[in-house]
Amino acid sequence: MEPILWFGWFRADIIAEYGVMFWRGLQMTILVTTICIMQGTALGLAIGLARLADARHSPARQICRYLLRWPSTVYVSFFRGTPLFVQILLIHFAVLPLFINPADGLLISGETARSLKQNYGAFISGILALTLNSGAYISEIFRAGIQSIDRGQIEASRSLGLSFARTMTHVVLPQAFRRMLPPLGNNAIALLKDSSLISAIGLAELAYTARTVAGAYSRYWEPYLSISFMYWTLTLGLAWAVKKLEARYGRGDTR
Amino acid sequence: MDEVIRVEGLTKNFGQLQVLRGIDCSVRSSEVVCVIGPSGSGKSTFLRCLNGLEEASGGRVLVHGVSVHDNSTDVDALRSEIGMVFQRFNLFPHMTVLDNITLAPTKVRGVPLEQAREQARALLIKVGLLDKIDAYPNQLSGGQQQRVAIARALAMQPAIMLFDEPTSALDPEMVGEVLSVMQTLAEEGMTMMVVSHEMGFARRVANRVLFMDEGVLVEEGTPEEIFDRPREERTRRFLSNIL
Ligand SMILES: Nc1ncnc2c1ncn2[C@@H]1O[C@H](COP(=O)(O)OP(=O)(O)OP(=O)(O)O)[C@@H](O)[C@H]1O
Ligand SMILES: [Mg+2]
Repeated sequence: MEPILWFGWFRADIIAEYGVMFWRGLQMTILVTTICIMQGTALGLAIGLARLADARHSPARQICRYLLRWPSTVYVSFFRGTPLFVQILLIHFAVLPLFINPADGLLISGETARSLKQNYGAFISGILALTLNSGAYISEIFRAGIQSIDRGQIEASRSLGLSFARTMTHVVLPQAFRRMLPPLGNNAIALLKDSSLISAIGLAELAYTARTVAGAYSRYWEPYLSISFMYWTLTLGLAWAVKKLEARYGRGDTR
Repeated sequence: MDEVIRVEGLTKNFGQLQVLRGIDCSVRSSEVVCVIGPSGSGKSTFLRCLNGLEEASGGRVLVHGVSVHDNSTDVDALRSEIGMVFQRFNLFPHMTVLDNITLAPTKVRGVPLEQAREQARALLIKVGLLDKIDAYPNQLSGGQQQRVAIARALAMQPAIMLFDEPTSALDPEMVGEVLSVMQTLAEEGMTMMVVSHEMGFARRVANRVLFMDEGVLVEEGTPEEIFDRPREERTRRFLSNIL
């Protein structure tokens, strides 16, 4: 096959040769990012609520403080206070083997554990690490969003007879969500970019593909510039989607 | 003569600050009671204790004989019997007027949506805002928002309505429209407790006026007794300041 030389120095044929691999890598990056955004949002909501939990009477008061607020605060502090890269390594090489291990896995052991680790080990650890990490950041977004809602809204809702849970789902969270959209969008973009760190434990996503190609040809511009543009396109797409959501859900907000 | 609310020795402290120092009173069905008093005397706190938005520090509040601050009481059920209208309206800004009104009946009482909407339309006719049914709160004037807030509270068919300075955040030209809705309610026999300094309204509508100062009920009587022949020096001083 004739090499196509676009700019003289840029050998597009390399990219074309590994086209399928780049395509798979792109799919993996999108898959990991999507899963982590969804799980991270659910986790962030739970942790954000746990950090705000309070009650008037004991023992609920003590339960809120020691079993909800305190652990969630430590959790958030740890995952925001340590590098994501280190968290990925810790989870992949230390935490995961504890639970999934052919010899004595706490969760899964034996042959299933061996094949699971071999085929999906990096995928599981990567998603776990990224979810836990983004959950910590997203919980702060939820917390700030919920706290930004005027107390009068909660009082009006409660005085109509709506329970605390209903007040949250119908009154507080929908309003908080609008204000949270921009920071949530930023977080999703950060997550997309951070997913490249999982390449370090061998998950075949975009950055890993680029590294493989670079190694095979000792050419660096082609693979890394290509994935840069792919990431860039994805982040622009995400930013656009967030803008659309904002426009759609922005109705009625006076702020 | 049935009693809707009975308050016995109600006290409330915020830390060191004693805001309510032993309040006794009761409100009978279809009665309209106005509460007046200087800023910071505890009027809002008092109203908020009546529906459990504030915990009481001592004493009891009984609504239809059920103690509001008992741990075993279902406060949500109790609150749905007590309508509350706030100084700053507190409409839900992300919902249309219609959704603001139907939210509680459908979620708390399980009223079918169509029926709740029908009722909302009737209430909007009553407060004169049927044409705003699909508007969002930020598209309404203050007076219109407050009338929607009244309709929202009425949608739960409460046994009593509490009003905390419902007109004091309004431009003067909008006060009248809200007061006239309230007057209509009173004439229809709604039981009401109103914190307000609208003396004209109190004279026209109230059966009784309570004067509160520094967390105690200093004096109570008919509007004429309180406004024209106050017995207490503190009442006289307050009235001469605001008139
Ligand atoms: N959540 C709170 N924490 C601490 N102090 C409070 C709280 N709410 C009210 N207070 C204090 O309680 C006192 C009574 O307040 P309240 O709002 O009941 O007065 P008010 O009679 O309604 O006054 P106004 O006419 O200005 O509305 C005030 O000194 C106020 O600062
Ligand atoms: Mg007040």
